[in-house]
Amino acid sequence: MQLIGKRRLVQLFSALLTNSYLPSFFQRDIYQGQLKRLCVPFLNCYSCPGAVAACPVGSLQSLLVSTGGRLSFYVLGLLTLAGAAAGRFICGWLCPFGLLQEALAGLSLKKYRIPGFLTRTKYLILILTLLLPALWLNENGLGSSYFCQYLCPAGTLEAGLLLGLGRPELRALLGPLFTWKVAVLGAFLAAMIFTYRPFCRTACPLGAFYGLFNPVSLWRVEVAAVRCNDCRACRKSCPLDIPVYRRPNSPECIRCLACLQACPQGALTFSAGGCAGVQAQPGAGRAKAK
Amino acid sequence: MNRKVSLWLMLAGLAMLAAGLARGEAGEVLAKAVRICLECIGIG
Repeated sequence: MQLIGKRRLVQLFSALLTNSYLPSFFQRDIYQGQLKRLCVPFLNCYSCPGAVAACPVGSLQSLLVSTGGRLSFYVLGLLTLAGAAAGRFICGWLCPFGLLQEALAGLSLKKYRIPGFLTRTKYLILILTLLLPALWLNENGLGSSYFCQYLCPAGTLEAGLLLGLGRPELRALLGPLFTWKVAVLGAFLAAMIFTYRPFCRTACPLGAFYGLFNPVSLWRVEVAAVRCNDCRACRKSCPLDIPVYRRPNSPECIRCLACLQACPQGALTFSAGGCAGVQAQPGAGRAKAK
Repeated sequence: MNRKVSLWLMLAGLAMLAAGLARGEAGEVLAKAVRICLECIGIG
């Protein structure tokens, strides 16, 4: 099986496993078991009816709010561990919202580039996600999970539409904020058809966080300079248009490893410090490179 | 060099994870995660 097929299977398995508590979908409720002590290392709303674990961004913010500004070592430690091990591999292989974005990207062949400055807004969103719950307080001195409240399209999709519309007592409370969130979700869904992973690249605080680890993560892409003939097949194959031959561990790289398959020289490797890993096969991408 | 940095970062992550668990943060995460998140829905 080709690498892309394996990745799809892993993504699908991750999405189904993370949201595998099926009874809640029919009861329009959420899973309330002990597994929710665990955070998944990717964006997945804990108020999705089927979610069996907690969302790290939601948890981080809610603990900031409930403790008056104390960062959660538990969540931050988990994310640091995952990021230092594999960087944005988490985004490319495990995130269910990433899978949705890739599925929608398949609807249109025409793809538009995202301007460079927009790819930097996710870092601002990461900073605001960490600071605002502790600094932007209401008249009662309480903060809020502002990312979840105003921006997160995964929450709107997984919790807002399923529970907000599905439960009469919640439906009665819906107002302008819900309309705003649905508009944000709609805008991102539309963008997903015409650009590749617009949410990950412009607004996801986890994408920004893991991106910082890409250059130093244990599992990383290496270029064998002696084999690389500068054909740029890696860049042509990259859905994010990254010049892999120059910046193999760019913070934007989600480690989809399409470049490994495209490299006709077998110059690229994805491995843990040179130990066992995935290597491009010489000649595998020759037809594409010509 | 990079491998050393990543291993140190992983160690730091593990230490933070352990410190968080010792502070009882997993229970706090659970307490939030078992309630319907009104912010996520777009209500509160």
